[in-house]
Amino acid sequence: MLYREVGDFKTTYRADGQTFPIAFDRWRYYVVLAFAFLVVPFIINDYWANAILMPFLIYAIAAIGLNILTGYCGQVSLGTGGFMAVGAYSCYKLMTGFPDLNILFCVLLSGVVTALVGMLFGLPSLRIKGFYLAVATLAAQFFLVWLFNKVAWFYNYSASGQINAPERTLFGYKITGAETSAPVTYLFCLVLVVVLAIIARNLTRGHLGRSWMAIRDMDIAAEIIGVNPLKAKLTAFGISSFYIGVAGALLFSVYLGAVEVGEVFGIQKSFLVLFMVIIGGLGSIFGSFAGAAFMVLLPVLLKNVLVGTLGWPTDIATHLEFAIVGLLIIVFLILEPHGLAQLWRVIKEKLRLWPFPH
Amino acid sequence: MPASFYYGVEVMLNGLMAGVMYSLVALGFVLIFKASGIFNYAQGVMALFAAQTLVGIQTGIVPFSHMINAALGTKVHYFGWNVPTLISILLVVGVMIVFAILVERLILKHLVNQEPIILFMATIGLAYFMEGFGDLMWGAEIKTLDVGIPQGGNVFIEESTAFLGGDDFYGFYLDTLDIYATVAAVLLVTSLVLFSQYTKTGRALRAVADDHQAALSVGISLRTIWVIVWSIAGFVALVAGVMWGAKSGVQFSLSLIALKALPVLMLGGFTSIPGAIIGGLIIGVGEKMFEFLIGAPFLGGATENWFAYMLALIFLVFRPQGLFGEKIIERV
Repeated sequence: MLYREVGDFKTTYRADGQTFPIAFDRWRYYVVLAFAFLVVPFIINDYWANAILMPFLIYAIAAIGLNILTGYCGQVSLGTGGFMAVGAYSCYKLMTGFPDLNILFCVLLSGVVTALVGMLFGLPSLRIKGFYLAVATLAAQFFLVWLFNKVAWFYNYSASGQINAPERTLFGYKITGAETSAPVTYLFCLVLVVVLAIIARNLTRGHLGRSWMAIRDMDIAAEIIGVNPLKAKLTAFGISSFYIGVAGALLFSVYLGAVEVGEVFGIQKSFLVLFMVIIGGLGSIFGSFAGAAFMVLLPVLLKNVLVGTLGWPTDIATHLEFAIVGLLIIVFLILEPHGLAQLWRVIKEKLRLWPFPH
Repeated sequence: MPASFYYGVEVMLNGLMAGVMYSLVALGFVLIFKASGIFNYAQGVMALFAAQTLVGIQTGIVPFSHMINAALGTKVHYFGWNVPTLISILLVVGVMIVFAILVERLILKHLVNQEPIILFMATIGLAYFMEGFGDLMWGAEIKTLDVGIPQGGNVFIEESTAFLGGDDFYGFYLDTLDIYATVAAVLLVTSLVLFSQYTKTGRALRAVADDHQAALSVGISLRTIWVIVWSIAGFVALVAGVMWGAKSGVQFSLSLIALKALPVLMLGGFTSIPGAIIGGLIIGVGEKMFEFLIGAPFLGGATENWFAYMLALIFLVFRPQGLFGEKIIERV
C-alpha cells in the first residue's frame, strides 16, 4: 500500500530519469532533507553536534567514497585513513598558504589533491586483484602517515608536529577555528554531504557507475564486452579518493581543529570506514549513511550506558566496546551480509503489501 | 675490511632474525588460507591473546577481575599461585583448541559459501572481539612474559667474532632470544612439513587445500579439518606470541605484527609455506638494510613502517601471484 512502484505515471523523460523515480522514495527524501535543514539547526546543541551529528556527516562522506571504490567497483581498500590524511594536510597547506582562499574551495581542492594521490596508488590495481590489492593499499596507509610525520614542510615546521586549523569564515560566519557555533558548522557539512551524495547517487546510476559494477562483478568479462578497465578502475580510485579527501579535510578543519596524523588517521580509521561500508551495505549510498550512523552512535550509546549509567571505569568500557563492536560485526555478517541497506529493502517489500499481506 | 662493513653484516643478521619472527606469524596466515580460503586477519590478535593467556595462567591472574571488581565492588586480582611454564603452555594450547572449535561452530559454519571479502571482514570482527575480550579477561596493562629464555646479546657469538673487524669492532651483537626464535621456527616448519606430508590428517589437509569439493566427495569432513587448521594456527600464534611477548612485553602492539606479516605473504604468495619463510627473510633483511643504508642517513628514519609494503607493492606489479604462489588463472 504505502510503497508502490506502480500507478506512478511519468509523462516526460526528465521525470522518468530523475534521481528518485518512485514517489515514496522522493517524498521520504524531501522529508529527511527538510528535517535536516529546517529543524535540526534550531534544536542542535554543542553536545549533539560534537558527539553525533558532525562525525556522522563527515564519516558519511568518507563511507560514500569507500563505497564507490569497494561496493561499486569491487576494489578493497585499506588505505582510507592515509587518504583522509592527504585531504587534511592539503587542506591545511591551502589554508595557511593562501589565507584569502575561501574555505569551501580549500576543502574541495584538497579533495582534488587526494584524488590525484588516490589514482597514483590505484595504478597497481590494474595488475593486482583481491586481497593482494587490499594489502597493497596498506602501503599507501603506512607510507602516507609516515610522510606526514617525517616531512616538516607538511606541518609548517611546527614544534609539536600537529596541524591546527586557522580561523576562516564563509558569508561572515566562522566555519573553522576556536569560536564556531554548532548550527553553522553543521549546515556547512550538511550542504557538502547532500551535494556529494546526490552526485554519487547519479554517478552510480549512469554510464560510469555501470562500468564500475561490471568490473566488480567480473573484470575479465567486463573487459570483453568493452569496458575499459584502466578507465573504470582509475576513475573509481579518483572519485572515491576525492570523497575521502573531502571527509579528511572536514574532519581536520571543521570538526577536530587540530590533528596529529598517527593518532587520527591511523589504520584504525581505515577499518572504521570499512566497517561502516560493510555494515551499511556494499553498493548502496543509503547504506553508507546507515553504516556511518551506526558506527558513530554505537560507541556513544555504549559509553553512556556503561560509564554513565553503570558507573564503570572508562578503560573497561572501552575494552567492552571493542568486544561488542567485533561481535556485532560478526553477527551482522552472519545474519545480513548485505548490511543495513538490505534491511531497508526488506522493509520496502513489507510496505508494498501492508496492511493486507495476502 | 672496515668495521662499517661488519656493522652492515650485523644489521643483515639481525634482519634475518627479525625475518624469522615475521615468518612465524605469516605461517599461521598461510595455513588457514590454504585450508579454508580465509584470509585470517585475527592471526596477530590470536598471538596476543595466546601470550596474554599464558601470562595470565602462569601468574594466576583471576580472569575478568577488573570487570568483576567494577561490577561488584570487590578487590580480587590474583589467585596467588604460579603455574609452571610447561603446564601453562599446555593449558594455553588447550585454550587455543577450544577457541578453534568455537570459531568453527559459531562463525565459519554460518559463513560457508560467502564471498572471501565477507569472510575477511568476519575475521576483522573476530580480531576486534578478541582484542577487547583479551583485555577484559586479563587486563590491558603491559605484562612481562618469562618462559625461561635468556635475553640480551649472545656473549659467545660476540666474543668469537670480535677478531674480524679490528680495534673498533666488538663482534656481532645477536639477541639470544632471536636465536631461540630461529630454532623454534625451524623446528615448527619442519614438523609442519612432516605432519602434512606423512600423516593421514596432513594428507587430508592438503586435499582440502587443493579442492574443497573433491575433498568432500572422498569423505573428508571439512568442518573437522577447519577445526584442526585453526588449532594449528592457534599453536603457531602461541609460539609467535611467546617469542614476541618475551622480547617486547605482552601488549597491544603485539597484534600489529599481523600487519607486518601481510607484505611477507604478498611477497611469498598466500598459498606457499616455503614462500612465507623466504618472504619473511627478504622483508626482514630488506627493511633493516634499507633503514641502515638509506632510511636513517637520508630519509629521517622509521622507514621500517612502510618499506615492506612498498617493496611488496612494487614486486607484485611484476609478479601478481608472489614468489611461490600458484599461478592465477582466470576464466570467464
